[in-house]
Amino acid sequence: MKKIMQSYDIRHETDMVEPLDFNRRSRLKDVDRCFKAEITNVIRLTDMEKLFQIRMVNDKDWERFTFLPGQFVMLELPGYGEIPISFSSSPSIRSTIELCIRKAGKVTQALHKAKRGAIVGLRGPFGTYFPMEPMKGNNILLIAGGLGLAPLRAPISFVIENRADFKEVHILYGAKDPSQLLFDYQYEEWHRIDDINLEVIVEQPDKSWIGPVGLITKLLDDIQITPDETYAIVCGPPIMFKFVCKRLSEMGVPMQRMFVSLERRMHCGVGKCCRCNIGSTYTCLDGPVFDFWTVMNLKEAI
Amino acid sequence: MKLIKIDQQSWAAGIEKVKSDYRVFGPVKEKNDHEFKLLEQNEMPDVNCQNTRLSPKSIIYPQSQVMFTYSLDESKDDCRIMKEVENVKSPMAIIGVRPCDALAFPIVRRNFDSPEYQDTYWIKAYEATTFVGLACNSACGTCFCTSAGTGPFGEEGLDVLMIADGDDLYAKSITAKGESFIQAAGWTTEAESAVDSKIDELKTAAESSINSSVATDKIKNKTILELYDAPFWEEEAFACINCGTCTYVCPTCWCFDVQDETHGKSGIRMRNWDSCMFPLFTHHASGHNPRNVKYERLRQRFMHKLKYYVDKYDNGIQCVGCGRCIRLCPVNIDIRKICYKMNSFDAESCVCEATSS
Repeated sequence: MKKIMQSYDIRHETDMVEPLDFNRRSRLKDVDRCFKAEITNVIRLTDMEKLFQIRMVNDKDWERFTFLPGQFVMLELPGYGEIPISFSSSPSIRSTIELCIRKAGKVTQALHKAKRGAIVGLRGPFGTYFPMEPMKGNNILLIAGGLGLAPLRAPISFVIENRADFKEVHILYGAKDPSQLLFDYQYEEWHRIDDINLEVIVEQPDKSWIGPVGLITKLLDDIQITPDETYAIVCGPPIMFKFVCKRLSEMGVPMQRMFVSLERRMHCGVGKCCRCNIGSTYTCLDGPVFDFWTVMNLKEAI
Repeated sequence: MKLIKIDQQSWAAGIEKVKSDYRVFGPVKEKNDHEFKLLEQNEMPDVNCQNTRLSPKSIIYPQSQVMFTYSLDESKDDCRIMKEVENVKSPMAIIGVRPCDALAFPIVRRNFDSPEYQDTYWIKAYEATTFVGLACNSACGTCFCTSAGTGPFGEEGLDVLMIADGDDLYAKSITAKGESFIQAAGWTTEAESAVDSKIDELKTAAESSINSSVATDKIKNKTILELYDAPFWEEEAFACINCGTCTYVCPTCWCFDVQDETHGKSGIRMRNWDSCMFPLFTHHASGHNPRNVKYERLRQRFMHKLKYYVDKYDNGIQCVGCGRCIRLCPVNIDIRKICYKMNSFDAESCVCEATSS
């Protein structure tokens, strides 16, 4: 480990980035409270994913419930269980939160049958977040693969709302085939925003697809950035991190400036059940957002 | 600390007496093995038991514990609202805890009673309990407590330590909780000072009866990366059938699973012991599994006990040397051997040093 560290330290000694703020831990006492919430809208995104708009039943609960991009919430469906889901909406929207959920397990299958007006429980928010504030004044690469766009939509919204604070903004999104593209109704909106570069790529095109074809790393070929002034947020399946972050590294982006959101099975969210641990690190407390340098030093992380 | 002498008669009387103030648990022989059980009237703990098959961890941390109840009846106001079950614990006393099992409680406490978040279920049960230990006069073949931070006369985690000498018992209170237990039992006879040297003799004899020792001193200074990539994990995991026995019998294993169970229109949310040996433990809904292969799960268990825990809390290993996993493993995987391999592994040459322990 020491050997690897040295080789990277030489390159990045001068531009050490502030470590992630783990202050969330001191606020953990708040999270054993489960807020009663109502599904106000269900938006069908693809055959497998739906976007749920959720509102607190009690208005006062909003005052306590604030979150940051990258954090997650425990969504509770009595009789089925509790699942960790990343926020897909902007933290500045104070009326509803949006959770993009794929039909995959017991709870999500039940949730996909739920209609507008259904009551769910919310516990949280949990975990670390993307350090959006230190990123200001820099270029930003927002890269997602597949369902990774769900957690990435929160920082995308933040960047759009604070567009003046960022230099170049690139949103790169890749999916297996066009039918699996999430939030496709929003691309037009993002595209029209002046000076935001949105690129969408699919691996297996259908007849109507006119965009680029290939893997997400292909999109990086056309991007010219100043690595010293660039941050990257990467969300997607573990295999994608390896290739995308390697490519970013070759482009000269420091590993401490690449942030990823890790996926782990979780049950308690407060570092007790030991299910999400990667070595002595708990994903629910020390993650899910890690810089890639930390991820490289955590065995089993990806 | 003064030593109390308990003869056979006052022992029986005292145990009966404390039952009015405490729920008393003790080792009782059932079929071939001893188990910790809630003692009924006139039932006595068996102090001659070597050690119980399962550790007393389930008294504080039940294998299945209901945390919430809920109703799915739409006509009721509290429909789909999780209600916490009443969590008031009356005083409990566990008699005959061996020093190794007692040390497990302070170890597990570091997880459940961390500064940032406290697990009320575990803490309330723990705080309501008085641990009345019994020193070991002779060891089992699989014991290695002297290498794991305690010993046959270890006091950490105990409120009272009892020492058996023939038919007589000596009790030493270690905490205020222990003091009140001894008072409640009505044991007042102070032992003569000559007993001290006798106890020292017993202690020395007990310690010398432990014939396995394991060195763990070098593990701390090795990096996770070098141990993680060591070649012996696949070798060690070859026979493993991922049955999970080691984690269930282990006094220091604390991982749990949370499940909802519905019966008609009402239901409970409970937590159950889980095991990192099971493939589903880390299996994501997406299908990805960070520990997909058997040897990765075996490595997780031993790395957690002997390396991750050591790094995280800087307070010894997460093992008390009770030897249960060694005795009960159906394929004879031995934590002492793995510990030795981890401790002596040299990443440069990729071999474990040849000196045997």
